[in-house]
Amino acid sequence: MAQQNNITAADAIGRLTQELNKLPGIGPKSAQRLAYYLLRAPQEQAEKLAAAILSLKLEIKLCSCCCNVTDTDPCPLCRNEARDKTKVCVVEQPQDILAIEHTGVYKGLYHVLHGAISPTEGIGVNDVRIRELTARLTDGTVKEVILATNTNLEGEQTALYLNHMLTPLGIKVTRLARGLPFGTELEYADDATLTRALEGRTEL
Amino acid sequence: MTQPREYQTAGIIIRKTRLGEADRILTIYTPELGKFDAVAKGVRRPKSKMAGHLELLTYSQITLSRRRGLDIITGCQTIEGFLPLKNDLWLMSYGLYITELVNQFTAIEVPDEDLFRLTLTTLQQLSQSDSRDLLLRYFELHLLQASGYRPQLRECVACHKPLQPVNNSFSASSGGILCPACAGKQPFAHPITVNAIKVLRFIQDNPLDAVVRLKIDKMLARDLEAVTRGYLKYLLEREVKSAAWLDDLREQMQGMKPGQKTEQPAAKAIPEQNPEEV
Repeated sequence: MAQQNNITAADAIGRLTQELNKLPGIGPKSAQRLAYYLLRAPQEQAEKLAAAILSLKLEIKLCSCCCNVTDTDPCPLCRNEARDKTKVCVVEQPQDILAIEHTGVYKGLYHVLHGAISPTEGIGVNDVRIRELTARLTDGTVKEVILATNTNLEGEQTALYLNHMLTPLGIKVTRLARGLPFGTELEYADDATLTRALEGRTEL
Repeated sequence: MTQPREYQTAGIIIRKTRLGEADRILTIYTPELGKFDAVAKGVRRPKSKMAGHLELLTYSQITLSRRRGLDIITGCQTIEGFLPLKNDLWLMSYGLYITELVNQFTAIEVPDEDLFRLTLTTLQQLSQSDSRDLLLRYFELHLLQASGYRPQLRECVACHKPLQPVNNSFSASSGGILCPACAGKQPFAHPITVNAIKVLRFIQDNPLDAVVRLKIDKMLARDLEAVTRGYLKYLLEREVKSAAWLDDLREQMQGMKPGQKTEQPAAKAIPEQNPEEV
């Protein structure tokens, strides 16, 4: 009945569709739509897209200091003299930096782990960039490490582990407060969140 | 004939994998339905009402909606969150080890109320008990028993003669103890002390509250661990990932963590109530 590909699209379109289909969140139909859109789009637009994808792979590397993705080494954040070099905020993914930077509240440096420890998935200490972090902390400039890993089990595990590793080095280790997200209703909160929200309550 | 579209169950989340942009596939272990997978929609978004109730190591009441493929979780409420486990590096690692073993040793949709209760009790006891090593061994041995792999510790598994109080060996492939005469023919048998056999038997035959009152020294604890881990690994034919993590952790924390359970250096391995003679 539902025989597919009775009429196959031209080769180039088929190839592009296949490649687009591999992207997260893009199914076969969306891939096809994008491919046909690009076919009709001006030449310039397609070239820009192709160039952008290429330069992404060619130019982006990890900052030798904070492991953030960057096209210059060290990255703009690490080079910025105005930032507070005594604080390092540890995050799991480069995207997390964007979220924290968006608040505009934090003026220190970052460190990207590129993952979180997950014993059941076999992701251990050597699979995330913890060694790079400890190497950074040896010269004594950094006074405080802020653990901003996710508040799920893997993130917690990673934070607990880092706390064990860093406290003996005489560095102040802090964890982002965990509590109720803005705009939620109390009745749906889980025990862990509520407990911590109560523990961390502040005077108005 | 038709089943109701919605149903409720209570279970422990033992595994999670990512699905799509914000969803997860969860493996839930329940007493009445056994282990099964279900989809939790949107739980990776920060405002998800369900995320906190569907984290690993959580015992939750769950409402599901039947679908053609995997059922979808429509509601949930934590019954027990095992919060102490989530605040301690070691306890969390032990908890994950337990859930990984449960996941490995159970088949899909095979209910086993006893094993469920064992899992739940072990997770509850982890934060309360001082003798975590014994608790874990208790869990492992009873998990093995529930899965049909109860190790034979009374007689030699090869010649069936009663064991003598000498250094025998544990053979994972034979599923029990070998006497010195038979051990020679088995290349992969692991030497086991008389004390270790006694403790293993005691754990096998006694309730948890008696087991955790045992006093064992560090050496013996490591011996027991090596025996059960070796056996589990043999049966699973693969490494238990969270066990490797526990080893890593122990290695790295050596001398760093004073708070870690310190077994009393008691020389006597077996309490008075143990009637066994080898």
